[in-house]
Amino acid sequence: MQLALFIIFGALAVAGALNLLLQRHPINSALSLVVVMMSLAVLYWSLGAEFLAAAQVIVYSGAIMVFFVFVIMLLNAGEEERTHGSRAAYLAGIPGAAAIFCLLSFVFLSERHNLGSINVGGHLSHLTSNISELSTVLFTKLLLPFEVTSVLILVAILGAVVLARKEQ
Amino acid sequence: MTPLSAEVPTAYYLVLAAILFSTGVGAFLIKRNVITVFMSIELMLNAVNLTFVAFAHMWHQIGGQIFVFFVMVVAAAEAAVGLAIILTVFKNRSTLQIDEIDSMKL
Repeated sequence: MQLALFIIFGALAVAGALNLLLQRHPINSALSLVVVMMSLAVLYWSLGAEFLAAAQVIVYSGAIMVFFVFVIMLLNAGEEERTHGSRAAYLAGIPGAAAIFCLLSFVFLSERHNLGSINVGGHLSHLTSNISELSTVLFTKLLLPFEVTSVLILVAILGAVVLARKEQ
Repeated sequence: MTPLSAEVPTAYYLVLAAILFSTGVGAFLIKRNVITVFMSIELMLNAVNLTFVAFAHMWHQIGGQIFVFFVMVVAAAEAAVGLAIILTVFKNRSTLQIDEIDSMKL
């Protein structure tokens, strides 16, 4: 079950990411990013993080991606054009990304025996549920950072309003 | 135990995150549209979140999941401000091509 979940939703995430890279129209890229985020939510659930799976669906694929799609519609963004910067970007971009991928996967695969393996419910079987564990730490030990994020969100809202309002 | 109920090595999750991250890096460098470039930053953030959750599961510690929670909060704030900046840039220059937004170039 774990391996089947991982293969199906991992392949879906990779397909979505590649589609984001290959599509020319921003709205297609945005919708394939939604696919990536939904399949990552399933992977979070399989890793024993139910709260984060729900938050991923609500915050990322719900709020943030709707915001992206809204801005794309508002600006009426069309297909991107090939420009003189494209050639340099291709020359630097593809080998750079491939080098990062090769380095990271070499390190991970050479350490795979030290990293152990994962099965569904491995983390969930003991103690209480994941959410109560998370909230206990969040509201006791990390109360100050948690409250500071509310100030951060407030500042971000004010900044967005100031930046996007109409000039008088 | 059927083959499909086998355990998955943690390294596979990390390799999946590496694939997503390097796809994000490639899209960030190749794409010529400001909104798509911004979306590839979100893709990279998601890939890093996956490694955090995988390591949190591996060490049976909640710290990694809390870190992901904070990354999500900061990403939401960042998306709000970033898209407001994109709106302002479009209003002033009426273009979304990053090659044409180069007034800070030397």
